[in-house]
Amino acid sequence: MAEPAPSRLLPADILRVGSVGLRTRRLRAALSGLGIAIGIASMVAVLGISESSKAGLLATLDRLGTNLLTVAPGQTFTGEDAELPAMATSMIGRMRAVQGAAQVKTTEETVRRTDKIPEEETGGISVLAASPKLRATLGASMSSGRFLDAATARYPATVLGSVAAKRLGITRTGVNVYLGGRWFTVVGILDPVTLDSDLDRAALIGFPIASKLFGTDSSPTKVYVRTDEEQVEAVRRLLGATANPEHPEEVQVSRPSDALAARAAAKSAFTSLFLGLGAVALLVGGVGIANVMVISVLERRSEIGLRRALGATRRHISTQFLSESLLLAACGGIAGTSLGALVTAIYASSRGWSAVVPPYAIAGGVVAAIAIGAIAGLYPAARAARLSPTEALRTV
Amino acid sequence: MIERAETSVHQAHATGQLPRAPAVLELCDVRKSYPGPVEVLRGVDLSVPRGELLAIVGPSGSGKSTLLHIMGTLERPSSGEVRVAGHDTAALSDRRLASVRARTIGFVFQQFFLLDGMSAVENVAHGLLYAGVPAPRRHAQAAEVLERVGLAHRLEHQPAKLSGGERQRVAIARALVARPAIVFADEPTGNLDSQSSEQIMALLHDLHAEGHTIVVITHDRDMAEGLPRQVEIRDGAIVHDSGGA
Repeated sequence: MAEPAPSRLLPADILRVGSVGLRTRRLRAALSGLGIAIGIASMVAVLGISESSKAGLLATLDRLGTNLLTVAPGQTFTGEDAELPAMATSMIGRMRAVQGAAQVKTTEETVRRTDKIPEEETGGISVLAASPKLRATLGASMSSGRFLDAATARYPATVLGSVAAKRLGITRTGVNVYLGGRWFTVVGILDPVTLDSDLDRAALIGFPIASKLFGTDSSPTKVYVRTDEEQVEAVRRLLGATANPEHPEEVQVSRPSDALAARAAAKSAFTSLFLGLGAVALLVGGVGIANVMVISVLERRSEIGLRRALGATRRHISTQFLSESLLLAACGGIAGTSLGALVTAIYASSRGWSAVVPPYAIAGGVVAAIAIGAIAGLYPAARAARLSPTEALRTV
Repeated sequence: MIERAETSVHQAHATGQLPRAPAVLELCDVRKSYPGPVEVLRGVDLSVPRGELLAIVGPSGSGKSTLLHIMGTLERPSSGEVRVAGHDTAALSDRRLASVRARTIGFVFQQFFLLDGMSAVENVAHGLLYAGVPAPRRHAQAAEVLERVGLAHRLEHQPAKLSGGERQRVAIARALVARPAIVFADEPTGNLDSQSSEQIMALLHDLHAEGHTIVVITHDRDMAEGLPRQVEIRDGAIVHDSGGA
């Protein structure tokens, strides 16, 4: 007689059979899937948040431009602090590719809320003389009031950086602060300045009034230079010689956006650490699935026996348990990926970034979950398949 | 006795007179021993013609469970020949044996072995799962067989919501759904009250009348007496066969 056609389990039925155990023990399935979900969610969230933060920084860079350069005095040949010539800013401003240049000069003065506060309590706020073009050059925005202009620069008026305003307890313009032994009126408060946070802790006054009251000279301590986008490097090379033709080597030129870009890159270092932690969570989740599957095989001996009696081959049994483990892990992976994306979205929106979940994180999350499911399911599946049908049927 | 029965079947084939239908199950000098050595079956000869309803009866420890497993191809004999629906099981790989079970053998167990979390009709449809029948057809056939065993109104019920008798009917339907050549019922009434037991036995009789081949394995002599043929097994050997006489 011809051999009978082999037992067959249709592909659609593999999924159906694999989900039997999950449907009948929902809580257990959910809890063991949760282990994987947490691991995947933490990995996706770490990647998502780090990417979003990077995207946030890059968006800030885009907004502020990478075409800002700063010029500061360096050191002389003999190691003393150098000075920039008083004409430095105007000379730089005349360069062809320079869109704007503004300078600040550090003064020795202090600023306090009132004259009753001792002079030593400066709150770490420095007083800087600043040119009116500074705000436009930096692309800084005002939290309230307005920046110094040609008129207010000549009067005892000051613009406070965001931190300085907070430390002085000032939330609105029009109030007076005690600056260098005089009362100055606060005419504006700046938003945080991303490209130079030193300005956040400063009280800015005009050069004319600084010169008149405190004898500040116009040799700048820092010049901010906005250049054409394409000419940044060219301008950078020429800035030293332009600012101080006699001693170009005493000039320090830097690009603040480089620091931001470096910060964006530095986030990756933390990312790998957190990814490692996520991987540990994932591993623990995988062990949880293996554990649940082993218990499941023990509990379902009679089902295994029955299926063998109904014509299942060993391979059908191992396929069933393996697909159950895969399904469990895949569900955990999908839930974890969604959870991770959600966490990223919430965190990013709380920071004002646009949420970025890299596609490789989503794909990687699901693939990692499935791989873990496969590894976790191998041993229980093999154990289920090894069980002899008569032994399985006897165990009730 | 048994030899005579065998001879008559063979003669019938030879002469073409066919006083009895061809054998669905044939066991020839089947032995089974386990390391120890423990000899559980000691040369069993048995022939079950198509359409027969018989009881294999014996006390516990007589070897009837092992015999059931060997007849049902769940276990291989140490020696001897087992033919199910014409297939020589010794010549078949484990995979092909699984196929023989999927297509030609139905099992009914004392403990029903219904799967929780699945409706009655899904449980019955499982009887066709490994024969590669697509789901819609499985479902349709399962509903049909459930109707036949009197459970048309219980198709979507979970096993936990069914009485013991109903559960065994579902199990019988599952055994029948693949239209097997032979059905083995292992203590089918062992877990049932007397009323349900009677109903189940009546159902088995009806199915026999419809032409199904059914082997009931039981320790219950009274129940065995109610069946057309009794094969008594003791200490791993057949000591009486009413059909062979």
